[in-house]
Amino acid sequence: MNAPLLSLRGVSAYYGSVAALRGVDLDVNEGEIVTLIGANGAGKSTLMMTVFGAPRARSGTIAFAGEDITARPTHAIARLGLAQSPEGRRVFPRMSVQENLQMGAALHGGRYFGQDLEKVCTLFPRLKERLNQRAGTMSGGEQQMLAIGRALMSRPRLLMLDEPSLGLAPLVVKQIFSAISALNREEGMTIFLVEQNAYHALKLAHRGSVLVNGRITLSGPARALLDDPSIKAAYLEGGHAPTASVGEGVQA
Amino acid sequence: MAAASSASPAAILKDAGLFALVAFGLCVPIVSHRTDLGADGLELTPRWGLVAGLCAAIFAVRLVQRLVLERRAARAVLTPSPHQATEPVGAEPNAAQYPSSLGLPRLGLPLFVGFALFLPLIAALASGGLSPARYWIDLGILILTYVMLGWGLNIVVGLAGLLDLGYVAFYAVGAYSYALLSTVFGLSFWVCLPLAGLFAGLWGVMLGFPVLRLRGDYLAIVTLAFGEIIRLVLINWTDVTGGSAGISSIPRATFFGVPFKAGPDGFSALVGLPFDPMHRIVFLYYLILALALLTSLVTLRLRRLPLGRAWEALREDEIACRSLGIDTTKTKLTAFALGAMFGGFAGSFFAVRQGFVSPESFNFLESAIILAIVVLGGMGSQLGVAVAAVAMVGGPELLRNLGFLKAVFGEGFDPNEFRLLLFGLAMVAMMIWRPRGLISDRMPTVALGQRKAIGKDLVREGHG
Ligand SMILES: Nc1ncnc2c1ncn2[C@@H]1O[C@H](COP(=O)(O)OP(=O)(O)OP(=O)(O)O)[C@@H](O)[C@H]1O
Ligand SMILES: [Mg+2]
Repeated sequence: MNAPLLSLRGVSAYYGSVAALRGVDLDVNEGEIVTLIGANGAGKSTLMMTVFGAPRARSGTIAFAGEDITARPTHAIARLGLAQSPEGRRVFPRMSVQENLQMGAALHGGRYFGQDLEKVCTLFPRLKERLNQRAGTMSGGEQQMLAIGRALMSRPRLLMLDEPSLGLAPLVVKQIFSAISALNREEGMTIFLVEQNAYHALKLAHRGSVLVNGRITLSGPARALLDDPSIKAAYLEGGHAPTASVGEGVQA
Repeated sequence: MAAASSASPAAILKDAGLFALVAFGLCVPIVSHRTDLGADGLELTPRWGLVAGLCAAIFAVRLVQRLVLERRAARAVLTPSPHQATEPVGAEPNAAQYPSSLGLPRLGLPLFVGFALFLPLIAALASGGLSPARYWIDLGILILTYVMLGWGLNIVVGLAGLLDLGYVAFYAVGAYSYALLSTVFGLSFWVCLPLAGLFAGLWGVMLGFPVLRLRGDYLAIVTLAFGEIIRLVLINWTDVTGGSAGISSIPRATFFGVPFKAGPDGFSALVGLPFDPMHRIVFLYYLILALALLTSLVTLRLRRLPLGRAWEALREDEIACRSLGIDTTKTKLTAFALGAMFGGFAGSFFAVRQGFVSPESFNFLESAIILAIVVLGGMGSQLGVAVAAVAMVGGPELLRNLGFLKAVFGEGFDPNEFRLLLFGLAMVAMMIWRPRGLISDRMPTVALGQRKAIGKDLVREGHG
């Protein structure tokens, strides 16, 4: 088997003296969708940002496409072909949709802008109608589409999405998830998906991991996780169980 | 504001009356009597006319303000204006396109440039000759200098969002570069100009490198300090800079090597006109106009390039920028250096025009005025900055000529003394009416036509 596209080994990250990640091991192989689920404050967003170097991993190594990126600056990591749609979307509110997309394409100096714009517009027809609208005035769902589109404009080898379904109506969530799955199926895009919406995420993904209090407590094929009773209890039925009991349940 | 949306005319009148009453109350102890040195000690001169005038003015201003707010509130209820919003508003139908008000900025800048191009001619025709027009052309030069400084700082503050309170330092570096290079080494203006820009840009990089990791308030304080440091160095490094006495007898501008003087090898002989000292002034006018336009063109061009767009994105969200592969440090540094360079150009123009530089010209107030021009103009808007510069620099100048104010406020009234007061009033008024600056609509850098073309392609492919 080939080496994984992204691999984390024993990664720990801290905010001040508070540990947010404690020895995380994680692999994402080329062509798969890997999802990371976990309760609020488990450290999912932190894990994604640590891959991007902010906060920096205090111990452990992160490798992407065979290169050690643990100590690289964020922009250099992005240039290796890693793109994200961050938590809270972070589109540029005063710039138009098209300009936001151009920012995504800036990495390649806009060389493939035309054809990539078409691709993104095919994936999210809503964006095509609104290319000249100010991004900050778009609805939450549209902004999410833009954030994903902007990430795609950089032609990433790995697309990392942080809670793309957050705060969206079920219909829009469905749209976004079907776009994600289409990306993977049709273009072979490797996707790392952080989600609260465990059911949808596990349905979509090939493999999944569960993060509890900064530790990966369980990982395996998404199907298996969907059927796992502890996951069912904690993430799939009746909302989120308290973090501590989930941790114990899984480790037991 | 809530009251404003449902107030009756009577309520508005009452409100304005209340304001006038408060003003009257304040005026009685402060304005109503003036103490003069009379024959036997202090004498009180009543000034009830002035009090009445002030109260009436406040009444009128408040009335107008309420009416405008009223109208705006009524309009806002009907049509939310998403183009000014930075946060989502639920007004999608009319949000799809940039609003028609863009017509003004789009036409405004060419109009401004066109007017500026013909100003010397207009002034000469209106005042019957070049020499009588000198006042107006000098004023034009002064305003254009600030327009250029405003456009330069606009790159740093307006586009890249880096609050720089010490911009005048780069202006000073440019001025002293020219002053020293020309007096010590005898270099000509056209050699010194790029060098001055280069030095100022270098200083921008040198300052920028350590401080640009700071943000917002901290950056502002450090740049403020930097401005003061440069000024203090200029005062105290007497051997080189001449201290507070400054550097005088700086060589005047030449027409690309041909001096403006009477005689066979002067400019007038070259072009076959009778000698007129105004030629130099007109030349200076067009020089600063050209420099200002250069600043503007470079900015407009850069805004369309990835670098310029990165500046704007940086202002909006630094973290997002970084994860898109943008080297934020380098991007900030280029904005800082470029802004500094244009400051340096303006500085060397200042030196060649005055023929004299001293640290006094580069104090904090200067930085504050330039920053105020950028902020008043609506951060990032070229036309806004130009309009603000005209208002801020030309306005006080015009005050001198408003003789009728003397009739209202009494003989001893010198409008010029109220410059800073008006400055403040303008700021307050702006905060109320146009909190985002005179021209707050940011123009998209991508044209509509492009969008249509893509739209058609997609339609043809059956996705439309
Ligand atoms: N900038 C920060 N400074 C200090 N602590 C932080 C910071 N960001 C996150 N934390 C803490 O780190 C922990 C993990 O946060 P993180 O945002 O990674 O959680 P999450 O799994 O993404 O949660 P959610 O599902 O709510 O987004 C939390 O306890 C949080 O309070
Ligand atoms: Mg999160």
